[in-house]
Amino acid sequence: MLQKSDTAARTRRGGSSSLVKRPGFAVYGPLIAFILGSAFPFYWSFVVASNDDAADAPLLPGGKFFTNAARVFDTIPFWKALGNSIIVSGTVTLSVVLLSTLAGFAFAKLRFKGRGPLLVFVVATLAVPTQLGIIPLYMAMAEFGWSGTLGAVIVPNLITAFGVFWMRQYIVDAVPDELIEAARMDGCSMLRTFWHVCLPAVRPAAAMLGVFTFMMSWNDFLWPLVALNAENPTMQVALEKLQSGYYVDNSLVLAGTTLATVPILLVFLVLGRQIVAGIMQGAVKG
Amino acid sequence: MTTELTVARGRGVEPRPPRRADEDAKVPWRHRLTRLDVKYSPYLFIAPFFVLFAITGLFPLLYTAYVSLFDWELGADETPFIGVENYVTLATDDQFWNALVNTLSIFVLSSGPQVVVAVLLAVLLNTALRARTAWRMGVLLPYVASLVALTIIFGDLFGPQYGMINNLLEFFGFDRIDWQAERWWSHVAIATMVNWRWTGYNALIVLAAMQAIPRDVYEAAIVDGASRVRQFFSITLPLLRPTLIFVIVTSTIGGLQIFTEPKLFAPAGSSNGGATNQYQTVVLYMYQSGFQSQDLGYASAMAWVLFLIIIAIAGINFLLTRRLAGTGEG
Repeated sequence: MLQKSDTAARTRRGGSSSLVKRPGFAVYGPLIAFILGSAFPFYWSFVVASNDDAADAPLLPGGKFFTNAARVFDTIPFWKALGNSIIVSGTVTLSVVLLSTLAGFAFAKLRFKGRGPLLVFVVATLAVPTQLGIIPLYMAMAEFGWSGTLGAVIVPNLITAFGVFWMRQYIVDAVPDELIEAARMDGCSMLRTFWHVCLPAVRPAAAMLGVFTFMMSWNDFLWPLVALNAENPTMQVALEKLQSGYYVDNSLVLAGTTLATVPILLVFLVLGRQIVAGIMQGAVKG
Repeated sequence: MTTELTVARGRGVEPRPPRRADEDAKVPWRHRLTRLDVKYSPYLFIAPFFVLFAITGLFPLLYTAYVSLFDWELGADETPFIGVENYVTLATDDQFWNALVNTLSIFVLSSGPQVVVAVLLAVLLNTALRARTAWRMGVLLPYVASLVALTIIFGDLFGPQYGMINNLLEFFGFDRIDWQAERWWSHVAIATMVNWRWTGYNALIVLAAMQAIPRDVYEAAIVDGASRVRQFFSITLPLLRPTLIFVIVTSTIGGLQIFTEPKLFAPAGSSNGGATNQYQTVVLYMYQSGFQSQDLGYASAMAWVLFLIIIAIAGINFLLTRRLAGTGEG
């Protein structure tokens, strides 16, 4: 009765029953095509990066990748940019996770006046395009003498509305009230209760928030481009400088993008499963 | 002595500080301290968000409106108040209207197909696939990659002279396309990047929502003899409504602020949206006015107008999506 491609809606949480019909080529075919399309730009980047900069580029990787990579290191402060990006994204991630969890804990488990409206306010700020405020932000940074320093790109991102809301949603269910009561009975202060009861219980959600924050921070471009300069860039800003010369050497530029992409791909291979789970859980809960 | 707790449980009792019998001597001091802790700690815990949002989010946004009323050049000694003059100039600035049309054009080209493909992709992913997680990771691949790196790579692929895509077109007997110089095609190319990056991500969100639909709804429909297609349009789509609203509203807020893709689409020389601004977007024009022409007042006026447009379009989208997804029942 059922067509192969028709099993779609029928088989929730696949594999739960032996009656489930495995999908055929009508499903796998388009999926394979989609994923090949998704992977192609990465492949292409490596192809160009590993050949000479020539008019008619070959379709297969060549042997010049390390030569081109060496030229990248000569052209932009690659290692400095990499280090800066790690410092910026690392600090931002640590801070967002810690501060968001703290605020999420208060919103989920503590009673205080104005809790409801304040939470609504936090969620509402999610829709505010704060990126449009970069002009005064830039003026303020110039005023404080922060322009060109990593602080300028770290401080505005130390906590996010998304993080607070995400952690709040998780903590509501994940931390039993009884545990908090017990800690309070033992005379723990609010902060100690948070540290010893809440924090250990929310590790999975905190880890997901950490991964997302790290990627968001790593990819941030407009504000770092405004706030930083070519001598002290993040990875993204350095890549832009690599591309903005008068003569564009594709092998050089794409060697740079390949080098900048490899770390992220490694992270994805290790944490991809968690990232997928995080997106899907967030979609249902949010 | 009983101990009241400060844990929120529905409409529980008012919090009172805990006391400990063995420390009677210290009670007043500890009592007061604990009471302060109970009363003010929650505010202290949520304060970082509000303080930081006020300083680096809300204030700059509001101050943008203020700056937009001045002739404010970067580094100038005097910044005279000029009222709404920046806005008047803006209203008659062809380059601004051009940028606005480009932004909307790229946005429509990217968000529309993206949502449709994401839903179809979610249907495919919602089957009893072998190695489910691997497929899901596969479609998510573009989302994790660095936007700057990938824009540069796409710029190379769409290169008018030696680009891979033009070579392919020629190979199959089509005409080559100047993806950079021709306005419409440059929008298509940029929208392609956006779609490439976000479709898989949105598909996972839609997939999660599909899996949350209770199975018995479908079983009832099957008993009633509803076809697969009918089930999709009468059950799946209407129940996906909140998720689709979410996806569309988020892509609106992000899509109208598009900057990185047009900024880096073509290398060097034409990096502000093309030689004739054929793919310059509003945020890119704002960047150019503010940080290259150093006209902060004018750039601020632009930011503020875009802000209002985003709020308006997000609102319209919200209403439209609610309607469209709601008329799925046949």
